[in-house]
Amino acid sequence: MAQTTANSSPFEDDAPEPDAPAAPAAQASLDALDSLLDEIDEGIQTNASQFVRSFVQKGGQ
Amino acid sequence: MRVVGIETEYGITDPSDPGANPILLSSLLVEACRTWAGGKTTRWDYGGEDPLMDLRGMRRDRRYATADLLTDSPEYSAANRGVTLRRRRGSWEDPAHLNAVLPNGARFYVDHAHPEYSGPEVTSAHDAVVWDVAGDRIAAAAADVFRQDGNVALYKNNVDGKGASYGMHENYLVDRAVDFETLARRLTPHLVTRAVVIGAGRVGLGVYGEEPGFQMSQRADYMEAEVGLETTLRRPIVNTRDEPHADRRKWRRLHVIIGDANCMEVPTYLKVGATALVLTAIEAGDERLDALVLRNPVDEVSAVSHDLTLRHRLELASGETATALEIQRALLTISRDYVRDADDARVLERWERVLDALGRDPFEAAREVEWVAKLQLLGRMRERYAVAHPDGSREIPGWDDDRLRAADVQWAELGKGLAARLTAAGAVERLTTDDEIASAMALPPRTTRAWLRGRMVAERGDIVDAAGWSTVVIDREQEHGHLEVVSLPDPTTTSYHLLDTLLAEASGPDAPARD
Repeated sequence: MAQTTANSSPFEDDAPEPDAPAAPAAQASLDALDSLLDEIDEGIQTNASQFVRSFVQKGGQ
Repeated sequence: MRVVGIETEYGITDPSDPGANPILLSSLLVEACRTWAGGKTTRWDYGGEDPLMDLRGMRRDRRYATADLLTDSPEYSAANRGVTLRRRRGSWEDPAHLNAVLPNGARFYVDHAHPEYSGPEVTSAHDAVVWDVAGDRIAAAAADVFRQDGNVALYKNNVDGKGASYGMHENYLVDRAVDFETLARRLTPHLVTRAVVIGAGRVGLGVYGEEPGFQMSQRADYMEAEVGLETTLRRPIVNTRDEPHADRRKWRRLHVIIGDANCMEVPTYLKVGATALVLTAIEAGDERLDALVLRNPVDEVSAVSHDLTLRHRLELASGETATALEIQRALLTISRDYVRDADDARVLERWERVLDALGRDPFEAAREVEWVAKLQLLGRMRERYAVAHPDGSREIPGWDDDRLRAADVQWAELGKGLAARLTAAGAVERLTTDDEIASAMALPPRTTRAWLRGRMVAERGDIVDAAGWSTVVIDREQEHGHLEVVSLPDPTTTSYHLLDTLLAEASGPDAPARD
């Protein structure tokens, strides 16, 4: 189920505009997210479906 | 603060063999944990657990069990705080490979089909975080030992996306004098609305994740009752299990099963700290709490969790409505009157700060609130994997995209998960230091009986036969052939003459030879 850009914001009209200039701290945080996503990119692009399928647990408490 | 403890059931897999038996994996992990601890562990003592169940083999609604029903076990007698002799037991004894009592006072064992770390009893929200994170590090260290001979991965989450859920449980020592129905009624609004602060975030809606979406809480869609005894089916918001592991005439152990396991420290801190404050208000009989009672609490658990706008209005029994944030603010205001020490004051300050941030813009709380941090990362991921169409429009992957679902699980992997990596990168706020955690992996808290339990396990392995929450069992084979059961019904006991003496012998000049 793909969504179009118009309604993809998680917080509806409260969501910050993606292109709005970010404060320095917020930008640093986004940089951390981006470098993490760079690191996992290859693995997640190739193995995601198999990983999701095979992650099966027994119920607990 | 009151005595509290956190238990965590970890998800477990063999990445190279997805069909591997989880019970076997878990017991091998316990064995690996024992190796990690250098053999300084002991067996679990089941002797002091739930005497009604053990002694009579029957099950009853614990809500109605009274103290006089339970005095048949001398180990629970407050008047007899001394040592009880016990005969050696037969083959029904706990199989050692399923349990390890650790030098930090925790229990690491196999529960159902999961490894579980039950942290030692602590008396502050900060200590709850410290020994919770220490448990994650211990489990990760045990997994490292395991990987010398095999493969294993551990996850600090609560769902597999295919219908299974496993828990993180909080335990609070509560005054027995408080009427249980009143306790449940006044606590429920907090347990339902605190998800905005402590939710770990989840991709998928519904028990099987059958509907695409993102929600605040891992556990929300698995709550089916307001009050009940079960923990594995028809899970209740307020659980009535009532084994206090303490003097039951004075205390009840409130067993809270609705919460998420958290990979971030601030949510764990507020989970325990704010709930403990609300319990203090309940013990004081604060009637203001009745204004917050919900009309349909079970339905509201999912409604709150599914509403990322934080605008959903919960129906109150009074006929009015309020948002989860408004109810949290009302609870904060009431709790302000019950701040007893600096620890409480710090909890209150942090709770208020997080609620303020969530009220302005949830993304402001991304360093502190786990569901927001996860949503921010996954939102960035959706941007990254958006597809540009020739007409200039962009298509963003839906929440049923396997890359997002995989990242949701990988968020919680111990050691190298996405949450751990964000924390290491400084993108997530920490409340503890690495030194504190390293110390808590080896040493128990100094403020509870876990100190005696853990130190005896670490220092007197030569004579400790087993240990439980309220017992330390000493092997007196050489002296009289029986076991001596030291009963510790008060969780705040940190000194006990016999144990102090045995510990002093271990560290003294005449320390016994160790094997």
